[in-house]
Amino acid sequence: MNLTLKIWRQKNNGSNGHFENYQVEAEEHMSFLEMLDVLNQQLIEKKQDPVAFEHDCREGICGACSMVINGRPHGSQTGTTACQLHMRAFKTGDTITIEPFRANAFPVIKDLAVDRSSFDAIMQAGGYISVNTGQAVDGNAIPVEKADADEAFDSATCIGCGACVAACPNGSAMLFTSAKINHLSKLPQGQVEHSRRVKNMVRVMDKEGFGKCSNVGACEVDCPKEISTDNIAALNRYYLGSVLFGQD
Amino acid sequence: MKLDAKIPEGELAEKWTKYRGSMNLVAPNNKRRLDVIVVGTGLAGASAAATLGELGYNVKCFTFHDSPRRAHSIAAQGGINAAKNYQNDGDSIYRLFYDTIKGGDYRSREANVHRLAECSTEIIDQAVAQGVPFAREYGGLLANRSFGGVQVSRTFYARGQTGQQLLLGAYSALSRQIAKGQVKMYNRHEMLDLVKIDGKARGIITRNLLTGKLDRHAAHCVVLATGGYGNVFYLSTNAMGSNVSAAWRSVKEGALFANPCYTQIHPTCIPVSGEYQSKLTLMSESLRNDGRVWVPKTIEDAQAIQRGEKRAEDLPEEDRDYYLERRYPAFGNLVPRDVASRAAKVASDEGKGVVKTGLGVYLDFADAIQRYGKSEAFSLGIANPSAEKIKELGEAIVKAKYGNLFQMYEKITGENPYKTAMKIYPAVHYTMGGLWVDYNLQTNVPGLFALGEANFSDHGANRLGASALMQGLADGYFVIPYTIGTFLADEIRTSKIANDTPEFLEAEQRVQNRLDQLMAIKGNQSVESFHRRLGKIMWEYCGMSRNAEGLKKGRQLIRELRKEFYEDVYIPGTTDEFNPELEKAARVADFLELGELFAVDALDRGESCGGHFREESTENGEAKRNDEDYTYVSAWEWDDNNPILHKEELTFENVELKTRSYK
Ligand SMILES: Cc1cc2nc3c(=O)[nH]c(=O)nc-3n(C[C@H](O)[C@H](O)[C@H](O)COP(=O)(O)OP(=O)(O)OC[C@H]3O[C@@H](n4cnc5c(N)ncnc54)[C@H](O)[C@@H]3O)c2cc1C
Ligand code: SF4
Ligand code: FES
Repeated sequence: MNLTLKIWRQKNNGSNGHFENYQVEAEEHMSFLEMLDVLNQQLIEKKQDPVAFEHDCREGICGACSMVINGRPHGSQTGTTACQLHMRAFKTGDTITIEPFRANAFPVIKDLAVDRSSFDAIMQAGGYISVNTGQAVDGNAIPVEKADADEAFDSATCIGCGACVAACPNGSAMLFTSAKINHLSKLPQGQVEHSRRVKNMVRVMDKEGFGKCSNVGACEVDCPKEISTDNIAALNRYYLGSVLFGQD
Repeated sequence: MKLDAKIPEGELAEKWTKYRGSMNLVAPNNKRRLDVIVVGTGLAGASAAATLGELGYNVKCFTFHDSPRRAHSIAAQGGINAAKNYQNDGDSIYRLFYDTIKGGDYRSREANVHRLAECSTEIIDQAVAQGVPFAREYGGLLANRSFGGVQVSRTFYARGQTGQQLLLGAYSALSRQIAKGQVKMYNRHEMLDLVKIDGKARGIITRNLLTGKLDRHAAHCVVLATGGYGNVFYLSTNAMGSNVSAAWRSVKEGALFANPCYTQIHPTCIPVSGEYQSKLTLMSESLRNDGRVWVPKTIEDAQAIQRGEKRAEDLPEEDRDYYLERRYPAFGNLVPRDVASRAAKVASDEGKGVVKTGLGVYLDFADAIQRYGKSEAFSLGIANPSAEKIKELGEAIVKAKYGNLFQMYEKITGENPYKTAMKIYPAVHYTMGGLWVDYNLQTNVPGLFALGEANFSDHGANRLGASALMQGLADGYFVIPYTIGTFLADEIRTSKIANDTPEFLEAEQRVQNRLDQLMAIKGNQSVESFHRRLGKIMWEYCGMSRNAEGLKKGRQLIRELRKEFYEDVYIPGTTDEFNPELEKAARVADFLELGELFAVDALDRGESCGGHFREESTENGEAKRNDEDYTYVSAWEWDDNNPILHKEELTFENVELKTRSYK
C-alpha cells in the first residue's frame, strides 16, 4: 500500500519543529513501527536524518513507544499501543499524521521522542511499599480477596507510556498516578503508608508540571491498557480523606 | 588459566547456609564508604541495586533505557517458579533443584542450582510484600500452575504479565532507594567500557545518550546485570535494544565468556510474516498446557494450507499428526522447549508447515474449548447443552486463562484463535551462556560481578520455563548482597577510587576512538541491514540444528561480514548528540564478534545437549549427549584470530547423569 506520512521533525529541544511529508510503500502485515523502519531505511540510503522514535519491546508492554497518530496517542484502535498497531488498519492512499506526545511535563528530545522522567519522579515520591529485602513474611500469610487482587492487578497493568497525559487537554497525570496508588491501596500490604503515599505522589505530580484534572475522560479512552477513570475517582476520595481530614 | 568455581565445602543442602553464616561481613560504617556500580535495571539489576542500597552501600545504577521500568524483563509473560509446595503435590527444594539440573541437560553446577532452588521461596514472599498482584484463589491464597516440562504446579503468575509485575515491584524498591539518596540513578546512560586498575574492576565509561557526552564513573566494584544476547540472531523475542555490549566490552578487558552457543529457541512464537520483520513475539509456554500441536499428515494437505486453499478446521482428525503426542507419549505437548522446537523444525522441513513460508505448525485449542465447555455445563447443571452452548462456555474459560495472549495474537496476525488454530514457530528467546562467574557470581576479573541472564551460571544447556525470573531475582535480592562482601571485605581500607587516573583517561580515549572510527567509515549500508544479515547467518548455520561444516562456513561468513561492516556502514549524525543509529552501530559491532565466538563454541562442542543440537551426535533421531568428553563449561578468552578455550570441569556428587527421556 502507498502511504503519505506527515511527520513532526524537530532537531532537538532547543529548535522549532515542523511537519514534513514522506512517501512510503507498506504491507498490510507490517506493524506500524516496521513501516517507520522502512521509511528510516529509505532516509538512511539517501543519507538523510532518520526519524527518531522510542521503542523497545514492540509488543505493548514496555511503554517506550509514544506517538500521536492521526491526532490520537497510540492511534485510534482501543487497547493498543503504537507498536501493536498493524498496517491492515490503514488503506492505500491514506495520509497519516505522526507527532510526538505533547505535554508540558514531557519535553521533546528529538522528532517523536520525548522525555518522560517526570513519571519516575512521581514513583519515587511514594509508589512503593517500604519493605526491605528479607523482611517479608510468608507469601500466604497475607491472604488477599480475589476480587481485590484482580482489581489491584487491573490498576497495576499501567505501562507508564504517558498517553493519558498526551490525551488530556490539561496535560494531567492523574490516570497514571491514581492507577499506582490504587494498585497499592487495594492490597492489605499497601495500607500502612496509604495516606503519606497519596499526599506525596500528588504533590510531586503537581511539582513536575502536570496540569489539573477536570474530568474530561480522554485519558481513559486513549490508554492502551484501558486503565479506568474509576482510579481517578478513588484517588480524589483518598486525597480529600488524607489532606482535608487528615485520615490515615 | 585455572578456573576456580569457589564452591563451598559440605553437603549440597547445607553449602549455602554454612557459607553465608561464615563469610566475611562488611560492617555498616564501612558499607557507607564503599561505592558499587550496578549496570542494568532488569529484574537482576533493579533487585540488586535496591538491596545493596538498603544495606547501606553507595550505589550508582545505570540503564540505557529512559526509565528503569523499561528493561526487557518487563516482557516476561508466563510466570516464576518457587519450591513453595503450596499445592501439596510433592514439590520441594530438592525437586526444583533436580528438575533444573536435568532440564539443563547436566551442564550446570550442582551447588549454584541448589542455592537457586533454596532462594526461590523467599522471592515469592518478598514480591508479595512489595505488592506484586499474583494470581489468587477464591480463598485469597496464591494460585499456581504447572509450566513447561515439569510435573508439579510451582509456577506463580500474574495473568500473562508476570515479568511486568515483578519488575514493577523491583523498580518500586529501587525508586524508594533513589528517593532516599542511597542509589543514584543514571537513565539513558550506556556503558561502553570497563575500567580496570591493578587488575580489579574499578569503574565504567558511559555515554549520555541524550548529549553524547562520555563520563568516567569510579567505584570499588562493578556489577553487570545487562541481560542476554539473543539479538545476535537479529530476529528474537528480545526487545529491540537488548544487546551484549556491556558483557562483550568486559570480555575485551579479560573476562571470560562461557557457553556462548547455548541458546534457547522457544517453540511457541508467532511465525515470521515477511522480510521487513523486526522482532518476533512469544506466545507464552502456558498455552501448551491446553493447546495441541499438530501438522497435516500429508504434504498435499500442507501445501493446500500454505496456498490458502484449506484451513485447519477443514482437516478431519484422521488427517492430522499430533506429532508431539505421538513421539513423546509421556509428556506430549509439554515436552521441554528444545525438544518441542526441534520437532517443529523437523515437521516443517518435511514440507508439512502450515504457513505461506512453510515454517509454522498449528497450536489448536478446539479440544480444550470442548473439554472445558462440557465440564462447565456439567457444573452449572445444564442437562443437554447444545454444541453452541458448550463452545460458548468453553471459550469463556479459555478466555479467562489466556485472554490477553489470544488478544495479542489477534492484534499481530489479524486472525481469531478462538475460531481457527493458532500458527506458531520456534524463535530465539533466551541465552543460557554469558559471562563466566564463580559461586560468588564474580567473573575471573576481581571486582566484576555478573547477574541474571548476563551470566551463564544456573541453566546449563537449556533453561526451564519460569526459571529466568527466579534466577534474576535470586541473584539480585538474595545472592549478590552477601557474596559481594567476599570481595568488598578486603576493600574497606581502599579509599574512594579516583576517576582521573591514567587507566580511566585511557579507557575514555579508547571509547572515543571507537566511536570516531565508526562515524568515519561513512559507507553506504545501514546498521540495520548488517544486523539483519548477521541474523540470517546465525539462524542458518548456528540455529536449531548445527553441524561442523555449517559452523565453519558460518564463522567465515561472519568474519567477512564484519570486515564489510567496518568498510561500508553508514551512520548519520554526530557523536555528540542523541543518535540512535550510533548506539545501534556500536552494539552490532560487538554482535559481529560475539557471533563468531558463538560459532567457534558450537563447533568445539561435538555433542548434542539441551539447546545445542549437533547433527553428528544423535541416536534414533534424538539428541545424544556425550558425558565422557564434554562434561565441562567452555569459558572463552577472546582473541581476534583464535579464541582460547578454558575448561571448568563439572562434577556431579548428588545426581546421576541420565539421558533425558520424555518418551
Ligand atoms: C518475551 C519473553 C518472555 C519471557 N517470559 C519469561 C517467563 O515467563 N518466565 C521466566 O522466568 N523468564 C521469562 N523470560 C526470560 C526473562 O524475561 C529474562 O531472562 C530476564 O528478564 C532477564 O533479566 P535481566 O535482569 O537479566 O536482564 P534485562 O531485563 O534484559 O535487563 C537488562 C538491563 O541492562 C541494561 N543494559 C544493558 N546493557 C547496558 C549497557 N551497556 N549500559 C547500560 N545499561 C545496559 C538495560 O537497560 C536493562 O536495564 C522471557 C523473555 C522474553 C523475551
Ligand atoms: S495510565 Fe494508561 S495511558 Fe497512562 S501511562 Fe498508564 S498505561 Fe499509559
Ligand atoms: S515498544 Fe514497548 S510498548 Fe510499544
